[in-house]
Amino acid sequence: MAKRAAPEVNAGSMADIAFLLLIFFLVTTTIEIDSGLNRKLPPIEETEPPIIKERNIFQLTVNPNNELFLKAAGSEGDLIKLKDLRKAAVAFLDNGGGKGEDACKACKGKRNPESSDNFQKAIISLQNDRGTSYETYIAVQNEIIAAYNVLRNREFELKYPNLGINFVEADNEYNDARTSASRKAQLKDKIEDIKLLIPQKFSEAEPKKSN
Amino acid sequence: MSKFKKKKDGGLPAISTASLPDIVFMLLFFFMVATVMRQSTLKIQNSLPAADQVEKLAKRNLLMYIYAGKPSSAYKQFGSEARIQLNDKFADVSEIPAFIAAERADKREEEVPFLTTVLSVDKETNMGIISDVKQKLREVNALKINYKTRKGDALQSLNQ
Repeated sequence: MAKRAAPEVNAGSMADIAFLLLIFFLVTTTIEIDSGLNRKLPPIEETEPPIIKERNIFQLTVNPNNELFLKAAGSEGDLIKLKDLRKAAVAFLDNGGGKGEDACKACKGKRNPESSDNFQKAIISLQNDRGTSYETYIAVQNEIIAAYNVLRNREFELKYPNLGINFVEADNEYNDARTSASRKAQLKDKIEDIKLLIPQKFSEAEPKKSN
Repeated sequence: MSKFKKKKDGGLPAISTASLPDIVFMLLFFFMVATVMRQSTLKIQNSLPAADQVEKLAKRNLLMYIYAGKPSSAYKQFGSEARIQLNDKFADVSEIPAFIAAERADKREEEVPFLTTVLSVDKETNMGIISDVKQKLREVNALKINYKTRKGDALQSLNQ
């Protein structure tokens, strides 16, 4: 009587319980997207904006029908396709038409005197309409960032060929939490150096009201 | 006769389901670890545009989310115009400074400069409302922003 073994607990319903929990988690959770385009807004300034030579501005306008107009290098507001934008922006930034102290050593462009002087002087300006769709806006932003990244990659690989990575990869590695502190210190100066050489000078005008 | 019967009797043995709980638990743990609970329930449509020059968002606790888009089908009574959602409710553009101030008050002081505002906007929204939001963010000096996007080809989805 006293020596009777304890009865075994039936584990047959364990699967059901686990299934219930599994279905709960499947339904309630979504895999979050955690990527995006980082941008910085300009602070509100009281001072008058500096006067910029027209040849240094790459003026983009998007109308309410999501059409893109480009005014740069002497042209008077031509319609441009989104897929040609990256190339046009690279050509503008890389032009290097400056002379004397404005001369651009790293630029490999056509040195058109009617286009930008150097990387520091070149400004990309974007004007939206209130009716422009967000998707188009993001596509334009994406192409502009891509144009800067093309040039930054080129300069990074030229300056630091023994690293074997380009600027975007270096930046990602720098921002990755898993990268060691010594590697981060090694990358930091180089990234800052390239960012100084090719600054992202991007200005957004306040959108026009469409009637 | 009995010999035949015996043969039929010994058919397939029952498959053991003893390892089923283990398999299910494995799946359960995967989903528990891999997924993040949504911070707020979305009352708007939020299909994000695609871009390929994306960067990973930094620390999750330093993000402030502003959602915008058309009210989803369950909230049709709010109209079909794009609206802003802060936390769990629809909001007006004028409520953004208060929202930012509340988020800043929640964080430690040394973390405040690293706060990023994430704009999670439906791709069919017009730019008007976005620039109003951006103007408000400039007024309260919340200058670091991020346009949340899917990873993909930005041009392909536009058919250009």
